[in-house]
Amino acid sequence: MPSQRDDAMAHDTTAPVHIAVDRQHAALPAAPVKIRARDVNVFYGEKQALFDVSLDVPENSVTALIGPSGCGKSTFLRSINRMNDTIPGCKVTGRIELDGEDVNDRSIDPVVLRARVGMVFQKPNPFPKTIFENVAYGPRIHGIASGKTELEGIVESSLKRAGLWAEVADRLHQPGTGLSGGQQQRLVIARAIAVSPEVILMDEPCSALDPIATARIEELIDELRNQYCIVIVTHSMAQAARVSQKTAFFHLGKLVEAGPTGEIFTNPRDSRTQDYITGRFG
Amino acid sequence: MTDAALPTPATNLRQTVEARLKKRHAQEMRFRLYGRMAIIVALAFLAVLLGRIVTQGYSTFIDYQIAVPVHLDASKIDKADPTGANYDLMVANSVLAKLGETDDEFGNKSGKVMEIMSNDLGFQLLKMVREDPSLIGKTITVSGPVKSDAALYFKGQIQRATPEDERKLDNQQLDWMDKLKASGAVTSGFNTGFLTRSDSTEPEQAGVLGAIVGSMMMLLVTATLAIPIGVLAATYLEEFAPKNRWTDLIEVNINNLAAVPSIVYGLLGLAVFINWMAVPRSSPLVGGLVLALMSLPTVIIATRSALKAVPPSIREAALGVGASRTQTVFHHVLPLAMPGVMTGAILSLAHALGETAPLLMIGMVSFVPGVPEGFTGAATVLPVQVFIWENASERGFHERTAAAIIVLLVFMIIMNLAAILVRRRFERRW
Repeated sequence: MPSQRDDAMAHDTTAPVHIAVDRQHAALPAAPVKIRARDVNVFYGEKQALFDVSLDVPENSVTALIGPSGCGKSTFLRSINRMNDTIPGCKVTGRIELDGEDVNDRSIDPVVLRARVGMVFQKPNPFPKTIFENVAYGPRIHGIASGKTELEGIVESSLKRAGLWAEVADRLHQPGTGLSGGQQQRLVIARAIAVSPEVILMDEPCSALDPIATARIEELIDELRNQYCIVIVTHSMAQAARVSQKTAFFHLGKLVEAGPTGEIFTNPRDSRTQDYITGRFG
Repeated sequence: MTDAALPTPATNLRQTVEARLKKRHAQEMRFRLYGRMAIIVALAFLAVLLGRIVTQGYSTFIDYQIAVPVHLDASKIDKADPTGANYDLMVANSVLAKLGETDDEFGNKSGKVMEIMSNDLGFQLLKMVREDPSLIGKTITVSGPVKSDAALYFKGQIQRATPEDERKLDNQQLDWMDKLKASGAVTSGFNTGFLTRSDSTEPEQAGVLGAIVGSMMMLLVTATLAIPIGVLAATYLEEFAPKNRWTDLIEVNINNLAAVPSIVYGLLGLAVFINWMAVPRSSPLVGGLVLALMSLPTVIIATRSALKAVPPSIREAALGVGASRTQTVFHHVLPLAMPGVMTGAILSLAHALGETAPLLMIGMVSFVPGVPEGFTGAATVLPVQVFIWENASERGFHERTAAAIIVLLVFMIIMNLAAILVRRRFERRW
């Protein structure tokens, strides 16, 4: 019943409308699996944050991770590129495969892994350097560009793909921190794609942005999906419905249900999913 | 209606609040008053301190120079050994000639003149003759400071009103000085000698150059050791070291070391650097080593808090594009922490500059009449120079003590300003 909905969820009353629009994505061809997670458990010290999560993330598509706060979706995201390694006392068990290779294997250097799996964070976090330096940093440390002109080419194409080039072309050497929130987030996306990753992880990329900037980022995600495998954590069910082809619903550290976005939103199998997407809790 | 159930009707509430309002305002006024009084007391102490130092010390920066033509009598100077001649007597006789007097047979008058003329003039003559023996037989004009007691008379600190037997200079000497001053032989000016000479047994010839150079050399040793070691230690502890019982223990100990009395570092330096490692005592090297030990905890603590202030989002951003931990720290975190690091480092160096107690332990409290000869030569430093002069008995050293404090304070202010400028210039916001 709409009248019983939590106030915080009120904006999501529009979700069903988008679900109708998103039906077209529902019939997905069986895309190859890019990331395969099997029985992933994550512990922060004594506390277990993820319980036996198994999930396939398809190539060239957007996978949305949804669920209430503290359900472990960000934890799962951060274990894909081993950002959890930086948290003291964090332990990951199980298998997360990227193209069939276990990312937690000893032979995998997290530096290489993070070059292959880029990440965009909740709060835009450009380096307090120029726009150019922000984008050029990744290619420079990985030695991707062989010369100055090639580097400039990478910066330009990355900014173009992030849809920011037109706005910053004439001020590449001004600080990236001087941009607006939405521009900063696109700059950060440009920084991530400058190292040509295979996967881009986005941890609530729009939660600090206004609706117009959000719409701009969502458009961008839709464009990027042709070239990259994108995993996005979001609190907005409307956003998950708008941008993703596959949705996974997490609750209390467990993966409750995953499937094509259209199905999850119109015909969830689990009653908890049903309750969450209709706003009964969350 | 449930209004009747409310315990306090609106009118009552207003009265209750208003009744207490006066009390609350009074409390606020009282607190502001206490605050202002505290500031006034603090400023008053500072004003008294600075005022006293400046009024005592400013006169050092004025000195009185005398210029006299001296005839280098060939019969009194042995060409083969010019060192043997009594140049002070020649100067005294020339001054007497200028005053229109002649020495008596016992040399009483020339003796009195020697009490008001610095022996620096005699030294100058000796030096000139040694360098150029052809000067013997000629008359040359030599100029130098008057004795410090004479200068004190010109400055009004020795007064004619004082009974003659209670002051160092008798009436005749005062008359002579008035006469010399009136004739233009004695002139006053800015005391450059105080800044270009080193310590001396004669107050009028004592200066702070040796102490300044000693301080700078010592600080150079301190900075080159304490800053790199401190910054690297702090960076390792903050960014790389696992957080466990051992690193906690190290952290607690570093914080404790910062509170250890400085004289203990002096004892440590004496035992380790001088007795065991045989570093020359009283040298800028050993002083710098001791002060580096003393500054390390402060530099480490300042660096750690500067590193802590760098938002974690920057580390995540760098790690997220595939930077290694070392790259993350050295490309992003440390540069962003640098203003804080530099401010902490400069302030701890300023503290080291003013440190006295540990240096007394390692033999820096010695009479060093010159600039230090290298990092292993004997040296003195500004605060120790203040300590030495304060203990001297001649009255002329009292004003020099205050003047040396002024010089020390000027260096302190310069360093603190540098710290502020560094912070302003490189401060970033994100």
